[in-house]
Amino acid sequence: MTLDARIPDGPIEQKWSAWLDAHALVGPRNRAAHTVIVVGTGLAGASAAASLAAQGFRVKSFCFQDTARRAHSIAAQGGINASKDFANEGDSVRRLFVDTIKGGDFRAREANVWRLAELSENIVDQAVAQGVPFNREYGGALATRSFGGVLVQRTFYSRGQTGQQLLLGAYSALQQQVAQGMAQVYSRHELLDVVLVDGEARGIVARDLVTGELERHAADAVVLASGGYCNVYYLSTNAKGSNVTATWRAHRRGALMANPSFTQIHPTCIPQSGEYQSKLTLMSESLRNDGRVWVPRDPDEQRPPNAIPEAERLYFLEERYPAYGNLVPRDVASRAAKAVCDERLGVGATGRGVYLDFRDAIAERGRATIEGRYGNLFEMYQRIADEDPYEVPMRIYPAPHYAMGGLWVDYELQTTIPGLFAIGEANFSDHGANRLGASAMMQCLADGYFIVPHTVTHHLTKQRAPVDESHPAFDATVRDVQERIDRLLAVGGTTAPQVFHRELGNVMLDKCGMSRTEAGLCEAITRIAEIRAAFWSDLRIDGDAGHLNQSLEYAGRVADFIELADLMCLDALRRAESAGCHFREEHQTEDGEPLRDDERFATVTAWEHSGEGAVPVAHDEALEFSSVALATRSYK
Amino acid sequence: MRFRLELWRQADPGADGRYEVVEADGIDAEASFLEMLDHVNERRIASGEDAIAFDSDCREGICGSCSLVIDGMPHGPRRVTSCQTFMRDFEDGQTIRVEPWRSNAFPVIRDLVTDRSAFDRIIEAGGYVSVTTGPQPNPNAMPISPETQEQALDAAICIGCGACVAACPNGAAMLFTGAKVTHLNVLPQGQPERRWRTLAMVEQMDEEGFGGCTNHGECSLACPQGISLDVIGMLNREYRAALRGKPVAGTPGMTAQ
Repeated sequence: MTLDARIPDGPIEQKWSAWLDAHALVGPRNRAAHTVIVVGTGLAGASAAASLAAQGFRVKSFCFQDTARRAHSIAAQGGINASKDFANEGDSVRRLFVDTIKGGDFRAREANVWRLAELSENIVDQAVAQGVPFNREYGGALATRSFGGVLVQRTFYSRGQTGQQLLLGAYSALQQQVAQGMAQVYSRHELLDVVLVDGEARGIVARDLVTGELERHAADAVVLASGGYCNVYYLSTNAKGSNVTATWRAHRRGALMANPSFTQIHPTCIPQSGEYQSKLTLMSESLRNDGRVWVPRDPDEQRPPNAIPEAERLYFLEERYPAYGNLVPRDVASRAAKAVCDERLGVGATGRGVYLDFRDAIAERGRATIEGRYGNLFEMYQRIADEDPYEVPMRIYPAPHYAMGGLWVDYELQTTIPGLFAIGEANFSDHGANRLGASAMMQCLADGYFIVPHTVTHHLTKQRAPVDESHPAFDATVRDVQERIDRLLAVGGTTAPQVFHRELGNVMLDKCGMSRTEAGLCEAITRIAEIRAAFWSDLRIDGDAGHLNQSLEYAGRVADFIELADLMCLDALRRAESAGCHFREEHQTEDGEPLRDDERFATVTAWEHSGEGAVPVAHDEALEFSSVALATRSYK
Repeated sequence: MRFRLELWRQADPGADGRYEVVEADGIDAEASFLEMLDHVNERRIASGEDAIAFDSDCREGICGSCSLVIDGMPHGPRRVTSCQTFMRDFEDGQTIRVEPWRSNAFPVIRDLVTDRSAFDRIIEAGGYVSVTTGPQPNPNAMPISPETQEQALDAAICIGCGACVAACPNGAAMLFTGAKVTHLNVLPQGQPERRWRTLAMVEQMDEEGFGGCTNHGECSLACPQGISLDVIGMLNREYRAALRGKPVAGTPGMTAQ
């Protein structure tokens, strides 16, 4: 198989407009004859569904939550980037493009990233028109702030809940289309398989989570916007329900999975407190502007943090990275925190935590200033950790946060299955080996509002035979799905699905998390096989498939996570270099910084499923850097 | 810690429900209320019993999925979501009653899970600005003062959990509807559809079977986002003004063509 990204010819600045000028159109009167399925209702899915319906296509939108408005984009805090240069700093499309490529450690596709930077300007306009209340300056103009180590203020925000406001904007646009009769939302529905006819995606099989019924939905195109898979680590900043099932089922039907080992572990999260914890809570990375990160120098230190004198504290980021100090990028900060905890210097009951101390900032700038900047975050911390961060240092630890990897897509965001598109975090697209702050929402909305409505239209212009739910392909797929549900229910063991999930997460965080080695990855593959065997011999699901059964839903998702985990380890093993969040200990500089191998790995690795139990096949897409020069990142 | 839980159990919407007493022991004081239920479920599955169904997703207080009435109070004693309620807020050995949201408009699906799709239909009736995807004006061409933006955002932060309805003796949805009407009606973008939106959303709210507001104020006290009763005052004023004014004829919809 040759991977062709189908990037238009011409200078990078003109590729997208050239594509738009040339793509085929469906006439207004013919659009209602086409049905498009959109799976997921986060920023990408809701914006795509609303836009396609407004164009006049029939849209069926699916989410597993009880309403479209609850998708996990709602939890995004910081803001959304746009190269509008409202702050008059000389910002431009090119600067946002270069920052994103560099931030991704040169493992993203240039043409896609340029288009993202270009479209960023339209997103904020669209959201404002919907009534999204972005923060404003006194004169009434939009406010911007700086984020995550860039040199301009291009981040637009609504307090600390930008994701919520943007999602409610997209959700309301979708509800408007529901009112118009153009879109239908199937909430409490979960995609369990993609239906292929003559090699093209022509529908899905979804389970109504309330009745348990397997439903058939035929369509002319299917768009997956089902989010990322960091819950493979069990504990992550993702929602409890976030899962890989939609993309994994598509992968098993032939869609290639790209760079699955590229996962971002976010440095500033509240550490795990105990065995029964179900999720990790992110604290905005902006806290590192004023907080100093440290651990005690003595591994046997017993004193409370405020009693430890200055000389006995190890400010490990400031010592190791004097130029950037506490403001190094996410991947660097996370690895450094893990390293000191591995040396037994970690704090808190579990030893997996470091202090984030505001003592000096409060002394220097006053409590009121710090309260003004971070008041709501301090409150959130106090609520969860039951400690007052104005008095004692916060404890933080890195947590899995975002998947840069995902389904391989071409320039049109189409997977290797014709008619199957993947957008938002579900695809591998624009962030390379590390995502910069405030760019996830930008990508979701660029994909959903401005790219996929056009590329799906283009796809729909191609002649194809009509297919409805009575097609034999639906019978066969429903049979497969039913067999799998029966198999899960038939195991009849004694262990709840979360037990296997927790074990899997421990292995993945330890061996395929912030730091990876060949030996560790091989060991993980063996452990995953053991967990898989135990899952299929000792799982117990209560009840049956004929009603709301959360254990059954969860078990299906865990089964898919187990398979994904194996592929992630294979991918991490094959990529014998360090890039962005993928840190292979064998490939580092003398002073412990990641060492890329551009000769061999300036590529996207896309994996092809080759059947149950068979070894998946890797395909490489070579990355070319002609608009920005390959360079080494340094934060010393 | 150890607790005696009186949990509402109901097999499906049509079935009779009952309280089941469940002992929860070996609970970490730092566990959230939902993690305590996870723990109970994990043990129940291992010992051959059935798990208790409840809604949750983000578990950080923003998605609005979780929806437990804990000892008679929606989301429990702390004016935060159920997922942000921690077991350290309870006494060791305490009996805790756990129920689903109670409202005619939110039928029980199973155990502690309710159907809140009525809220979606209220938004569908008019909780949006009728604008479709495409080139939009420069946002700075329409200046909005920070005070107006704050007023809109203070209402727009509603997470749609439904605690306001569960807390209201009348089962009214005025805080939810008022929050969305306030968000859009104070902004310049919301002006063209202002009257129509208010009438359509109130009409839908009534059709869904929510009760009327008699100014108890329980809704705002239960709201994990602290949405002020002011939005109900605003809704009443908007509704009166909309009734007095001439309603906008026809539907507000636009299509891309």
